[in-house]
This record gives sequence, structure tokens and C-alpha cells, in this order.
Amino acid sequence: MTDTTNTEPTTPPHSQWYDVWHQFKAHKGAMLGGIVFLIIVFGVFLGPLLWPYDATYIDIRSRNQGPSLAHPFGTDQLGRDLLARMMAGGQTSIAVGLTAMLLALSLGSFVGIVAGFFKKLDGPLMRLTDLFLALPILPLLLVMMMLFREPLSSAVGPERGIFILIVVAIGITSWMPTARIVRGDVLALKEREFVLAARSIGTSNKNMITRHILPNVLSPIMVSATLGIANAIITESALSFLGLGFPPDFPTWGRLLNDAVQYLQDYPERVFWPGLGISLTVLSVNYLGDGLRDALDPRIRGR
Amino acid sequence: MLTFTIRRLILAVPTLLFISLVIFLLLELAPGDPMAQVPLTVPPEVKEKMRLALGLGEPGYIRFYKWLVQFFWVEPQILFDHMFGTTFAEGKLRIISWQHRGPVMDVVVERLPQTLWVVGLSYIVGIMIALPIGIYSAYKQYSMFDQAGTFITMIGYSIPPFFTGPLVIVLFSVNLGWFPFIYDTTHEVVDWDSFVYQLRQMIMPVMVLALQTTAQISRYMRASMLDNLNQDYVRTARAKGLSEKVVVLVHVLRNSMIPVVTVIALGLPAIFGGAIITEQVFSVNGIGAQLIGAIQANDLPTVQTLTFMFAFLIVFFNLIADVLYGILDPRIRYD
Repeated sequence: MTDTTNTEPTTPPHSQWYDVWHQFKAHKGAMLGGIVFLIIVFGVFLGPLLWPYDATYIDIRSRNQGPSLAHPFGTDQLGRDLLARMMAGGQTSIAVGLTAMLLALSLGSFVGIVAGFFKKLDGPLMRLTDLFLALPILPLLLVMMMLFREPLSSAVGPERGIFILIVVAIGITSWMPTARIVRGDVLALKEREFVLAARSIGTSNKNMITRHILPNVLSPIMVSATLGIANAIITESALSFLGLGFPPDFPTWGRLLNDAVQYLQDYPERVFWPGLGISLTVLSVNYLGDGLRDALDPRIRGR
Repeated sequence: MLTFTIRRLILAVPTLLFISLVIFLLLELAPGDPMAQVPLTVPPEVKEKMRLALGLGEPGYIRFYKWLVQFFWVEPQILFDHMFGTTFAEGKLRIISWQHRGPVMDVVVERLPQTLWVVGLSYIVGIMIALPIGIYSAYKQYSMFDQAGTFITMIGYSIPPFFTGPLVIVLFSVNLGWFPFIYDTTHEVVDWDSFVYQLRQMIMPVMVLALQTTAQISRYMRASMLDNLNQDYVRTARAKGLSEKVVVLVHVLRNSMIPVVTVIALGLPAIFGGAIITEQVFSVNGIGAQLIGAIQANDLPTVQTLTFMFAFLIVFFNLIADVLYGILDPRIRYD
């Protein structure tokens, strides 16, 4: 028998985002992941303000040093401080990850919503998505890097050119999963009563998408955002690791790892920090996504 | 089912053509000049002749057509000739690498076994590890084993092979000295000792690649088992007195394997992509290393052919996955 006498709500009413936050807090891994990710981001962007050494400052006399108080991570073959390089590299890696994710996300959401909402465009857009999914991503990225490196570097400067190239290359090769998920959700939403109600009072397509569809597909988009960051950071590091990313004097985590591998026999410990940077960031972001997925799913929430 | 397979096969043709066109157009935009390495003392007329000799004189669409003919018509003939000793391809022009001045396919055939050994073995090892982990963590959901499994698969997802690779090299080659960290491609297996050496040099690349596979497939296996464990037929099977082993390993497992098998088929091309990095880390002389070398040497025919081969693998295994899904699961009807 259920007790029906107490129908008074025990807690004051609260917004949807309060519920989401409440559920998110309960997921220990996600909380930890979020905190670690924030620490990494703040450390990488604010650390250089506190740290006396510059990432590109060459001090040849103190080269190849092990960890010491002055250089906690040691120095590289040109005497550059590895902690400063780790922070500078992290800035690039995380900036690439975030921008590429934003690009892939907006492309994917756009294609997904348009394909799901307009029946005529569904077929062609989904065929396009399938075609993109059949492309060999890593080889194509390598080819793109090889081809457009020089012209872009000479047009807008080596660092910015490669940055734009990597972000665009990753963005246009990783929007497909988001598009598929968003399309599926939009298709399901379109059959719901509130959409019919909105339609019956004469809501235009534009308002329909921005007011009714978009807010409701926000949760899958946010989950793919976290996965997108992780994916973009790994891809950028892979490209830099293969020597086709940023120029050699420009540190990113993948580049530092590549440099360290060349000195593997003499200074094996150098491999550790950049690899840890990549792995920890990706791991924390993945856990964050895991928690977000649970928190944003109203069927799981409240359990 | 047959009509579906045929329809998918027919649909694969435009897909492949589109991909080859994309790759070709990308390379067409290449600003890199294959003549850049030629000394400046060579007069321009001679350079022009050399360009023609490389087949660069004609407009793009003719070169694209020629490449298509060479890839889909001449190269299979060469293979056929090689296998049956016929002479269909006698005197026909093959895809020539600018780097080696020889047919691209010859180099590919030389290098493919290394990649296939490392990739294939790592995939099999990965699956062998992943399936039991997935089954057991689903059976004991939320147990210690399950939590640990989730954590390990998360790590497998997050740590890229270009970090695990150097890490195991530092640990097992530099510090412990157990395994060689440069893959010796010229090594031949003739007796027990050389076989052991081959095994030792393969362990690290295989395990690094297998970690990625394990992480993905054990996740799918676990989810699929969980879906099936709560089904009514499982209760029925238990109710009629079947042993737990039979229930889980025969009834549930067989049904859970349906989506997992397709995931296994779909994942294979991605593993080839991952092999590019692993080959670089362990200096395995496979097709991934060939692609990197060709990219660095601006060897466009090789790059085009290899990239397309990767694309072909993806389309092919997608097709296999779709067809397998239909065959294994009688509930799926495509027609």
C-alpha cells in the first residue's frame, strides 16, 4: 500500500538545472574529472604568470638536467625548462581541443537539426554523413597537414596557420557522430505533442528550431562536446607526434612527447609528463562526459 | 538478405568513387612540386619532360580516370597474373611511386605482412581479453571487478597509443631489458630461438594496440550482456533448471554477441589507422610507416593509393558488419 496522505512536496520547487547539478554531484568520477580538468586548465593558463622561466628560453649550460628544485620536470636538450614547456604546450593542446570541438559541434548540430527537421534534406544530408564516416580520418588528416601546411603558414604566420589548419581539419572530420545523434533526437522530438501544439499556434520554422527543438537536444550536444574535446586533443597530439603538427620550436603536448621519444634511451623519464598531461586531460574530460550523460538524462535522474 | 547484400554492394561503388575523388582532389590542390628536389642546374625544358614522364602533363580528370583504371583494372590483373601465371597485364602501366620509381603495389605487398601480423594479432588478442572481461563485469554488475573493469577501459580509451608505446618501451626495454624496442622486419623465423625472438619483439606493439581494442569491445560486450540478462527468456531458462553456466555462456552470450560481432567488424579499419601511430613508435616497417614516409617525401601516387586502401577497408568492413548483423539476428529484416 502506498501512503497517499502526504502529498505536500518535501523540497521547495527548483529548476531543471538544479536537478541536473544535483545528479551530477552524485557522480563521483564526474566531479573528480571536472575538478581535475579545471585544475589543468587553470594551471596551464595561469601557471606561466607565476613561473619565472619562459618556454622558449634557451639556457644551453643547464641542458639535459634531471628534476631539481629550480626545474621540477628537468630541462630538455637545449636547456629549456620542461615545466614551462608543459604549460605552454598545454595551452595549445587545450585551445586546439576546445576550438576544434566547437567547430565540430556547431557543424554536427547544424547538420543534425536540419536533417532531422526538414524531411527533404534528411536523405542527402545523411548520405553525406555516411560518406564522411567512410573516410579514413587519420590518413586524410595527415595528407591535409602535408598539403596545406606551407601555404597557410606563409599566409598567416607559422603558428596561427597551423593552428587554423589543425582546428579546421579536426573539425570537419569529426562532426558526424554529433550529427547522427542530434538527428535521431530531433526526429523523435518532432512527433511530440508540444511540437504539434507550437505548430498549431503558427510557430515559424526558425522559432520552432531555436525555441523548442534546440533546447531539447542540448543534452546530447553537451555530451558530445566533452567527447569532442577528448577526441580533438588526442588527434592533435597524434599529428604532432607524427611530426606533422605544430613546428618543432612550438611546444604542444604531442610535440613534447615526440621530442622526448627521440631521447628515449638516455632520458626515458621525459616521456612521462607530456603523456600524463594528455592522458589526464582526456580521462578527466571522458569522466565529465560520463557524468553529464547521466545527469542530463531525466530517466536516470533522481535515482 | 541476398537482395540487401547486392544493394549494399552496389551502393558501395559510388561511395568508393566519391572517396577516391575526394582524395584525388585534395592531392590535386597540393602546392608541393615533385620537381622541387631536382637540382637548379637542370634546364626548364628537361624539367618539363620529366614532369610529363611522371604523367603530370594531362588535365586532372584524365589523370583521375587513369588512376582509377590502374587501381581497379590493372592492379587486380597483376595479382591474377601473379597467382595463376597468366599474362593479362603484360605491358600495362601501373601506379608508379615517385619515391622508389617502382610500382606502389610492390612496396605495399612487401610491407603488408608486417602490418597484418601486428594488427591482426593485436586485434585477436584484444578480443580474447575483452570478451571475458565484458561477460564477467556484466554478470557481476557493480562489483569490484566491474568497477575496476570500467576504470581500466576508461584508461584504455584515454591513454593514446603514442603514450602507452613509449611508456612500455621505457619500462620493459630500457629499465628491464626484456624486449627489443625496435621491430626487426628482416628477422626470419627458422627455428625455435628465432621464433621466440619474433614473439618477444611483437609483444609490445601487439599489447599496445590490443589495449585500445580491449577497452572498446569489453564496453560493448558488457552493455550487450546487461541488455540480455534481464530478458524473460533468461528467467525461463533458469526456471527450467538449466545450470547457471549454460544460461550465461550459451543462452545469453549467443544473443549478446550479435551487436558485438558487428562492432568487431566495424572496429577493424580503425585499428589499421591506429597502427599508423604504433608502427611509428616501434619502428615497424608496415604500410602505416610507408604512408608517413610517402607523405614526408611528397610522393603523391603512393599517398593516394594508400589512403584509398584505408578507405576501401572501412567501406568493406562496414558492408560486412551490416550483412553479418542481418545474418546473425533473424529479427532484423532489411527488405
